[in-house]
Amino acid sequence: MIAKRRLVSQRFPWHNSEVVNLPSSLAGQLSNAATLTLELVVTGLARFMSGASVRWVDCQPDTCQRVYFANHTSHIDVVIVWSALPREVRRLTRPVAAKDYWSRGWFRPRIAKAYNAMLIDRRSIKVHQSPVDLMLREMGDRHSVVMFPEGGRTDGQRVGEFKSGLYYLCKKRPELEAVPVYLHNMGRVLPRDEYLPVPLLSSVTFGPPIWLEADESKADFLNRAREAVLRLAPREED
Amino acid sequence: MAQENWAFAAIIVCLLGLATLVGRVLRDQTQLGLNPAAIDAFKSRVRSWWVICALLTVSFLSPTITVTLFGLLSFWALREFITLTPTRLSDHRALFWVFFFFTPLQYVLVGWDAYELYSVLIPVFGFLFIPMRIAIAGDPKRFLERASKIQAGLLVCVYCLSYAPALLYLEGPRTTYSGNARLLFFLVTLSMLSEAVQLAWSRLYGKHVIAPLINQSRTWEGFLGSSATIALIGAALHQLGATPFAELWQAAFVSLLIAVMGFAGAMTLSAVKRDRRVQDYGTLVEGHGGVLDRIDALCFAAPVFYHVARHFLSA
Repeated sequence: MIAKRRLVSQRFPWHNSEVVNLPSSLAGQLSNAATLTLELVVTGLARFMSGASVRWVDCQPDTCQRVYFANHTSHIDVVIVWSALPREVRRLTRPVAAKDYWSRGWFRPRIAKAYNAMLIDRRSIKVHQSPVDLMLREMGDRHSVVMFPEGGRTDGQRVGEFKSGLYYLCKKRPELEAVPVYLHNMGRVLPRDEYLPVPLLSSVTFGPPIWLEADESKADFLNRAREAVLRLAPREED
Repeated sequence: MAQENWAFAAIIVCLLGLATLVGRVLRDQTQLGLNPAAIDAFKSRVRSWWVICALLTVSFLSPTITVTLFGLLSFWALREFITLTPTRLSDHRALFWVFFFFTPLQYVLVGWDAYELYSVLIPVFGFLFIPMRIAIAGDPKRFLERASKIQAGLLVCVYCLSYAPALLYLEGPRTTYSGNARLLFFLVTLSMLSEAVQLAWSRLYGKHVIAPLINQSRTWEGFLGSSATIALIGAALHQLGATPFAELWQAAFVSLLIAVMGFAGAMTLSAVKRDRRVQDYGTLVEGHGGVLDRIDALCFAAPVFYHVARHFLSA
């Protein structure tokens, strides 16, 4: 069993907001304030609805470069994982999201901007511009990313097979810490195809980081990563 | 504030102070060989009583704030109950209505003193609505089980508990607002006290565990002893002028009811927990204190106390 070393609850993300790189023009300031407000409102709502408690199991918050990978069951997963991180870590962490989905309409691009999302084009994949290369370029040597390697939202009953992006990312940057994250009950709070949440209690668990071994195959690594997420799940329901 | 209120408040503070002192003494007296975990549990319980009593003091000032506080308590308890209940994804819409329609509306109606509406809202309209909404969602698997679990959660956590603040709106020849506030205080204090007294009786004389698979710390000796003790305490409080009842036997009877119903509530919600194989509603998600663990006795005692008190006071 995993020892529960530390219990960190950060329940008031609105205490932690800070404005970075304030633009000098008034319009810029207003738009920045609007973005910040949107972030606070969405984060506050999401945290209230999910009643999420945060646990760190054999892992500590750190500003080193990391890949957080989580199971994906709900729209608000990104918000929950992101706001579970301490402020200084959060400012360096960017969620990875699909460009075609998040640049449509009025609301989604604004949300994406509020969370400093890294929008990756899944469609136009070129030789020197694979999504992983794009991500690495955006990350530089500063940022961490949050990704959902299942590829799409699942029904929350089980964790699906992982797509290969996580493997290629770790292959090109083997020193990155890959931190498994398990989201419990989030699929019941806001299941797919629903837009009204139900305020159940859920939890976010960060687990011990894993690294890609020297000659580990793709399938082995992805399996190991999936196991790392599953191990953080509470005991199975009968 | 009326003089009786001050007297009552003084008694409460004395009792709580006594409980805190007992916790201190038990901790320091290591030679008694008591389980330190049990003492810690007792002390955390006493701490939560202080908080609850401090919050209840508000009821002397504003009924609206009291109703709102109980509404939030219900909301949180229901949250714990439903989280523990294995619902299916197709129950989502029904749950949405439960949380954001029936729960707030029940408390709004209590705040408006609309007895004819809030006494039937959940047992009639909610009861019929929930299975209908689940049926429309079109998932027959374990249908009756899912529907009745949601109905039970709504009834216990929202409907039953809402009768506690409803006490503030009781009307009769002998009732005054501060008298009603004292009645609410009386209910909450006695239901918490009966838990503690039951624990003490069980510790001292407990031999026959009632249902070992449900709860190992509830014994017949504890149940009977605490019921008798609480009836006596209620009668004593009546003599001190803390209750608005006309007769001594009425105060003793409602106190007995509080003890018995509190026991029933604790046993029932223990059974739910054992079925789901958890220790506390609070341990379900770390970092949350189990609200439902604290108010289980109150949930069962409140509606029965309300109706009996209403009958006694309207005469």
